[in-house]
Amino acid sequence: MSRTTTVFNINEELIFEKSASGKMAYSLPPLDVEDDTIEALLEPSLVRGEIEGFPEVSELDLIRHYVRLSTWNYHIDLGMYPLGSCTMKYNPKLNEKVARLGDLSGVHPLQEETLSQGNLELMFQLQVFLQELTGMDAVSLQPAAGAQGELTGLLMIRAYHVHQGKPRKYVLIADSAHGTNPASATLAGYDVISIPSNPGGTIDTSLLAERMSEDVACLMLTNPNTLGIFEVEIEKVAEIVHGRGGFIYMDGANFNALMGYARPGDMGIDVLHLNLHKTFSTPHGGGGPGSGPVACRQILAPYLPVPRVVRTGAGYSLEESPGSSIGRVHGFYGNFGMFVRALCYILSCGRTGLREISETAVLNSNYIRARLKNHYALAYHSPSLHEVVFSDKKQASNQIRTLDIAKRLIEHGFHPPTIYFPLIVRGALMIEPTESEGKAELDSFIDAMIAIAREARESPELLINAPITTKRTRVDETRAARQPILRWSPPAEAPPDEST
Amino acid sequence: MRYLSLTAEEKLQMLDAIGIRRVEDLFAVIPPAVRLKEALKIPEAWAESTVLDYFKSLGKRNASSERHGYFLGAGAYNHFIPSVVDAVISRSEFYTAYTPYQPEISQGTLQAIFEYQTLICQLTGMDVANASLYDGASALAEAVLMAQRITGRSRALVPPSLHPNYRQVLATYLANLDFPLDELRLEPSGRLDLNYLESALDDRHAAVVVQNPNFFGVIEDLKAVSAIAQRHSVLTIATVTEAISLALLQPAGQLGIDIVAGEGQSFGIPFNYGGPYLGLFATRNQYLRQIPGRLVGQTVDTRGRRSFVLTLSTREQHIKRERATSNICTNQGLCALTASVYLCALGKSGLRQLAEHNVKKAHYLKNLLKDYVVFSGPIFNEMVLTCDEHPRKINRRLFGEGIVGGLPLGKYYPERSHQMLICVTEQNSRAQIKRFAELFKAVEVAK
Amino acid sequence: MNIPEELHYTREHEWILVEDDTGTVGVTDHAQKELGDVVFVELPQRGEEIGAGEPFGSIESVKAVSEIYSPVSGQILETNSALQETPDKINSDPYGDGWIVRLRLIDRSEIKGLLSAQDYEHYLKEELAK
Repeated sequence: MSRTTTVFNINEELIFEKSASGKMAYSLPPLDVEDDTIEALLEPSLVRGEIEGFPEVSELDLIRHYVRLSTWNYHIDLGMYPLGSCTMKYNPKLNEKVARLGDLSGVHPLQEETLSQGNLELMFQLQVFLQELTGMDAVSLQPAAGAQGELTGLLMIRAYHVHQGKPRKYVLIADSAHGTNPASATLAGYDVISIPSNPGGTIDTSLLAERMSEDVACLMLTNPNTLGIFEVEIEKVAEIVHGRGGFIYMDGANFNALMGYARPGDMGIDVLHLNLHKTFSTPHGGGGPGSGPVACRQILAPYLPVPRVVRTGAGYSLEESPGSSIGRVHGFYGNFGMFVRALCYILSCGRTGLREISETAVLNSNYIRARLKNHYALAYHSPSLHEVVFSDKKQASNQIRTLDIAKRLIEHGFHPPTIYFPLIVRGALMIEPTESEGKAELDSFIDAMIAIAREARESPELLINAPITTKRTRVDETRAARQPILRWSPPAEAPPDEST
Repeated sequence: MRYLSLTAEEKLQMLDAIGIRRVEDLFAVIPPAVRLKEALKIPEAWAESTVLDYFKSLGKRNASSERHGYFLGAGAYNHFIPSVVDAVISRSEFYTAYTPYQPEISQGTLQAIFEYQTLICQLTGMDVANASLYDGASALAEAVLMAQRITGRSRALVPPSLHPNYRQVLATYLANLDFPLDELRLEPSGRLDLNYLESALDDRHAAVVVQNPNFFGVIEDLKAVSAIAQRHSVLTIATVTEAISLALLQPAGQLGIDIVAGEGQSFGIPFNYGGPYLGLFATRNQYLRQIPGRLVGQTVDTRGRRSFVLTLSTREQHIKRERATSNICTNQGLCALTASVYLCALGKSGLRQLAEHNVKKAHYLKNLLKDYVVFSGPIFNEMVLTCDEHPRKINRRLFGEGIVGGLPLGKYYPERSHQMLICVTEQNSRAQIKRFAELFKAVEVAK
Repeated sequence: MNIPEELHYTREHEWILVEDDTGTVGVTDHAQKELGDVVFVELPQRGEEIGAGEPFGSIESVKAVSEIYSPVSGQILETNSALQETPDKINSDPYGDGWIVRLRLIDRSEIKGLLSAQDYEHYLKEELAK
C-alpha cells in the first residue's frame, strides 16, 4: 500500500482522544494588569471547576487532525457536485480573499454609522443590484438563510393583511415545494393548504382557482419549480391569486436559471427570497452559513425588517424606526460576510456574465437530460431549465433503488444528485450541474450514469454494496436514531465501543 | 468569464445533442410577456484587480479592529483569533462542501460537527447540543418556541437586561403565535429582581429567559432563578452573548437550566459587521426530540467501524414539513467549525486563562473608574458607566486617539441616555485601558 | 402477505382486535414493511379521547414519519410503553408485541365500517397495482 493511501485512509481519532494534559496550541500574552486571584474578584460560588474532558493538543496535533478530517470530504474544488436545488457552483477564490479584508471583517456591528460607511455602502450597493436582478422595489439583506427569508416574507404578508384589518388564515403551497415552505408558514401562524401539481409538473390552475379564497394570504411557489420546470401559466396564477387579494411568495432557490432572462417582479411575484449561497456563489460551508435576502414590491416594502440601510445626504445610515415593519429577524444586519462575497461575484461577472451564467446552467442541465433520457426515466416530459429530475423506475425492476444508484455514483468519483426529492416523484434523482462544469466533466458524469444503468442490469450487487472504496461504507442510520449518541463521553462512562 | 468553461464549439456540440440550434430556445418556455427585454442595469464585469481595489477602498471608510482599539462589546466581542483557525476553515474541503447528506464522503464534516456538539456540551454542562443555529438572537427565539412545545404553554418572562436586539427578534418570531411576553425587573445591583420574579411567575408560563452575564455585564444567580421557575414547572432558558464566560462561570447544566441558547461569535469569529455568527443551542436529554436544527450522531458502518451521520432528522422540515420542530434548514456549519478549532487551540487551560484575563482587565478598568460604575453586581468583562457628558461626545474624544468607545444606552433605554456599556478583553493593553479611563474623565475635567 | 383473519383493518393500514368493549390497535405487516426500520413511536396519553379516523400518535423510521389513525372512537386505556425502548417490535411482531394502544370503544357500531381481512387484502392488491 502506498503512503498516500495509508495517510488518506488513516483512522483519525476524536480530538478528545488525542488530548494530553498540558498541551496547548495558543499563546496568551502575559497579564499586564494586577494579578488578583479570581476568588478575590468573583464569589467562588459563581466560578466553575475544570472543564472535564476538554481537549488539550499542540498546534501540529490540531492542524493534522483537521487536515486529515478534511481529506474525507467530497467538495466542489475536487469535482462535480450535482445536487439539485442546491446550486453547488464554484466558489471563487477572490470572494474569500475580499471577505477576509480586515477593514471589512473587523467592523463592529454597533459602532457609530459614521465609522462604518464602507460597509453600509457595500450593503446598499448589493441591495440595488438585487433589486435590479429581481425587478423588485425594495430589498432587506437581513435573513440569515432561505428559510428565514421565507419566514420574513410571510410575516410581511401577514402584517399587511393585519394592517388592512383582515388577517387571513391559509397559505397555499405547491406539493413540489421545499419542506421549509410549509414549516415557515406554520411558524408565521398560517395553516397550510397543499396544491397538487398537474401532469405537466406545474401548478394546476383550476385547482388553484378552486382553493384560492379571501381567507388565503398567499401562494408560495418556486420558479422554476423543484422539477426545474418554469411555471408557464404564471400570468394566470398571478391573476387568480391577486384577484382575491392574495400575494405570491416566490422561493428563489432556483434563481440561477433566470438571471438576465426574466425577473420575478415582471411576472407578478410580490415577495421572494434569494439564496446568496446558491445563485451568488457564497460557499455552503458544510451546511452554512447561508444568506437569504428578501426582495418585495412597493406595497409590501413598509413591512420589511428593520434596520434598513438607506442613503442619506452625506452617506449611508441604518434606519431603525419601526413604523409598520415586522421588526428584526437577526441579531444585527444579517450575514454580512456573505454580502461581501455576493457583491464581489456580481461585480466580477457583470451583466453579460450573469446572463451567460444562467444560460450555461440551463444548457448544461439540458445536455445531461438529452444524453440520459434513454437510460433513466424522466419524471416529467415538460421542458426543464437548470435542473432535471429522473427516477429509478427503469432500474426498479432489477430491485435497484435510487439510493443504490447514488451510492454507486460515489465510486465513479461524483457526489450524488439530490435524491428522493421532490416528494411527488417516487425515487427521484434531481440533477443540477450548474454553469461551473465544463463539457469534459459533464461527459464523465454522464458516462458514469450510463455505466451505472448498465451495472444495474448486469451486476446489481455493485450498486447494492456501494460504496466500498470510501473512508466508510454505508452507515447504520437505524442504530444512530434508535440509540442516539450525540456527543463523546470520557471512556469510563462511554457505552461499549464497537469500532475497530 | 473566468468562472465558465464551455468553448463555442462545445456549446454547438451540446446544442446538437439536445436537438436545438440556439441556447435561447431553451428559454422559450418563459412566456414572452414576462421575459426581460432590456439589459440589466449592472456594470459589465470588472477585472479581479479592480474588484479588489474597490473593496479595499470601501474598507478605508470604516473603523476596524485592524486599525483601532475597541471597548465595544454588547453582543460582539474583540478576541484574538489564532492563525490556525483561518488555516483550517480556508481549506476548500470544508468550505466548498455541502451539508453532509452522504455520510460515506462527508465524514470530515460529520466528525467535526460531532466534536463541536461535544465541546458545547462540555462548556454548558448540558447533555446535548445541536449542530448550530443562525445566531444568538434566533437561537433564543427557537428556545422559547421549544419551551412552548414542551410545556404546552404560550407565555414567557423576559428581563430588561436581555440584549435589546434579541428581545426584538424574539418578538418578531412570536408575533402571530398568540404568545405574550411579561417584563421582569432589575435590582439596583443589576441582577434580576428575584422577589418580583417569584410574584410574576405562574403556571401559565412556558419559560423564564435570563441572559448571563446580562446585557449590562452583570453575572446573574442562575441557580436562584431556576429554583423559582422549577416550583411552577416553568423552564429556564439561559442565553449568553459573551461565550468566553462559559469557561469561567458555573455551567448552566449544574444550575437547573433547561435550555442554553446563545451566541458563539467569541469563539474565533471576527466582528463581521454582525454576521455570520454562531447560534449555540444545548439542552437536556429528555427534550431531545424537541430540538430544532441538525444533529450528528455516532453509529457504525457495514464493517462495524465508528462512523458519524445526520440523525433524528424526522424532527426537521424536509420530512415533517408543517409539523416540524422548526423551519430551519441551513446551520452555521463553517462557523461551528471555526469555534471548534478555536476552542481546541486554546484548550482546557488556555481558555480558562483567557477568561480570567478578561475578568482581571475589566476589573482593572472598573477600579480606575469606580465612581462611574452604575451596577454593583459581579461582572465578567462588560460594565455600564455613567457619563455627565453625552456618551457620544466621549466616544468622539476616544476616537481621536484611535479608540472605538462604548455603546450609548439611550437608544435602547431612554432613561439611560447618560450611560454607556463598555467591554474590556485581552486585546486591550494596560496602557490602552489607562488611556481610556483618562479620556473618559478628561471630558469631565474639561467641563 | 400476513393478514390475520380475526382482525379489522383501515385503509391507513391500522388493525384493531375487538374483545367486548376493548380494542387493541396496531399497524399492519404491510405498513411496517413500507416504513422500514422503526426508530421511534410517539404514544398518546392514557385517558385521552380519540375520534374515529383521528391521529393519536406517530411512527418514525429513519427518513419518514407516519401518523397512526384510530380505527374507531374510544378512550385510551393503555399504551405499549415497551415501544419506547424497543420500537423494533413493530417490525418484528406487528400483530403481537408490536401493538400500540388499547382503548375503550365508545360506539361498537363503528366496527361495521372497517375492512375485513379479505377486504384489506383486496385493497392492498389494488393499491400495489397502481
